[in-house]
Amino acid sequence: MRIRKWGIYLLLVLCSAGTVGPFLWMILTSFKSYEESIRIPPTILPEVFTVGSYQEVIDKFPFFEFYINTFLVLLFTIGIELLICSMAAYAFARLHFPGRDVIFIILLALMMVPGQIFLVPNYDIMVKLHLADTVTALWLPKVFSAFGTFMLREFFKGLPKSLDEAAMLDGCGFFQIYYLILLPLLKPALSSLAILTAISTFKDLMWPLIVNNSMEKMTLSAGLAMLIGEHTTYYPQVMAGGMIAILPMMIIFFLFQKQFVEGIATTGVKQ
Amino acid sequence: MKWQKKSSLRRRETMTGYLMITPLMAGVTVFFIGAFFQNIYYSFTDKSSFGIPRVVGLKNYVELFHDDSFYQALLNTILYVVICVPAVVILAVFLAVLLNSKIKGIGVFRVCIFLPAVTLPAAIGLLWKWLMNYKFGIFNEILGMLGAKPVAWLSDSRIVLFSIAVVFVWANVAYQVIVLLAGLQGIPACYREAAAIDGAGRIQSFFRIILPLLSPSIFFVSVTTVINVFQIFDLIYLMIPQGSSGTEASRSLVTYFFEQSFVKFHKGYGAAISLMLFLLILSVTALQMICQKKMVFYDD
Repeated sequence: MRIRKWGIYLLLVLCSAGTVGPFLWMILTSFKSYEESIRIPPTILPEVFTVGSYQEVIDKFPFFEFYINTFLVLLFTIGIELLICSMAAYAFARLHFPGRDVIFIILLALMMVPGQIFLVPNYDIMVKLHLADTVTALWLPKVFSAFGTFMLREFFKGLPKSLDEAAMLDGCGFFQIYYLILLPLLKPALSSLAILTAISTFKDLMWPLIVNNSMEKMTLSAGLAMLIGEHTTYYPQVMAGGMIAILPMMIIFFLFQKQFVEGIATTGVKQ
Repeated sequence: MKWQKKSSLRRRETMTGYLMITPLMAGVTVFFIGAFFQNIYYSFTDKSSFGIPRVVGLKNYVELFHDDSFYQALLNTILYVVICVPAVVILAVFLAVLLNSKIKGIGVFRVCIFLPAVTLPAAIGLLWKWLMNYKFGIFNEILGMLGAKPVAWLSDSRIVLFSIAVVFVWANVAYQVIVLLAGLQGIPACYREAAAIDGAGRIQSFFRIILPLLSPSIFFVSVTTVINVFQIFDLIYLMIPQGSSGTEASRSLVTYFFEQSFVKFHKGYGAAISLMLFLLILSVTALQMICQKKMVFYDD
């Protein structure tokens, strides 16, 4: 029994080293000077501890704008998506109207289409609306989520119908049932969807690269990609840029670990 | 009187229903349904970035079927799927079972192993590019210390696809571990206890009890991983510079689509590539749905 326990610890330590190790190397490199980073054999700990790379990368790249843009994109995407999708999800789950099931099946079918299909036409739409190269372009097409609607509809279906009936007897209209009675009960599902959206929006790379081209209109993800393009060889700077970009999400993850895990887990539980 | 009241309620229900789906459906119609057909139309034109696209019939498709780079990208994508999907699924099951052990300090290990799930692919790409650097990367240093020759991880055309696959697995397994861990925690302890009473060993109880009960979650993880790998792009784009010696051998369908549409501005041709990808994903997903009936055990 004891041997088994130590075996499990050993495996856990090895696996954790596999995920944390690369990050550790990233941190160590970011604090080295350029000359030290390419020394052979390499030093493990920085001999001369310097924050110079951080300074340089912040001077050269508008990280402040990257942060603000990413924050705004997350805010708008999540806020508007939750509103639009929960409304539609309620209608699909609870109300009867002609054509409902056909429309819903079309939504489901859209989930099967890879996102690349929509990129060029959506870019053209953004150009026509004079929105290309703006922060609005980054979130506008993302708020109409078929997945979000599908997920929330499942949760609405899980709530007892007697709630609606009781509210109706008390004189609530359909919209009031949605807004006053059911939506508050759906908070866990809404927070799960918010987290899933946050993760995928935060990571999204191709859309910002396509629709925007000024550096000041990029998200962290796309901004970081441009940094690699321009500064391939100065690895301490590149690592420092990477650290600056991933730190906020990691801190949020540490603080809201439980919500993150529950959010991701809900995608697998619902069939 | 009563009948009238009921019918007005019906009408209100219908009206409210349409009103509540209108914002979503307006956006979906423009950005998805409209865009989908627009993309099909583009695939029959010579659309580039300027000028009005001209209809060229099946030219793009004919070219596509004679394009060696397209076949190479298709083959690479299938190789990515064949390597990454089993690796992600097996590793995710292993890690989920490991992280489900009830021992002290498990929370710390969970955080460590979940970490890549919340990291930007852009950061993962640049980090691994540094680790795999030919001259100064830590991997080749370690190989050197062991007396082996350095490996050109990202520029040797025989190795580059494998290197990208390794990074993909590292970057994507954590997310699936979280999904599977939730699945494991949903299995009632009584099943395992009953198996233990009947004299089943740990290994036996894992393969006979846990795995079948976990199969819906494993199926879900497989389907999403297949779809993700078919769309592999970020890491290749970030780690392999355009035109370097690793480009051909690592290029996926989405990378090829991106190159054609947004680097060379052959948007009509790019549209045709994206539709091929769609058909590919559609047929593989359909195949998986058929397999699901035979291999997945639902405990209702």
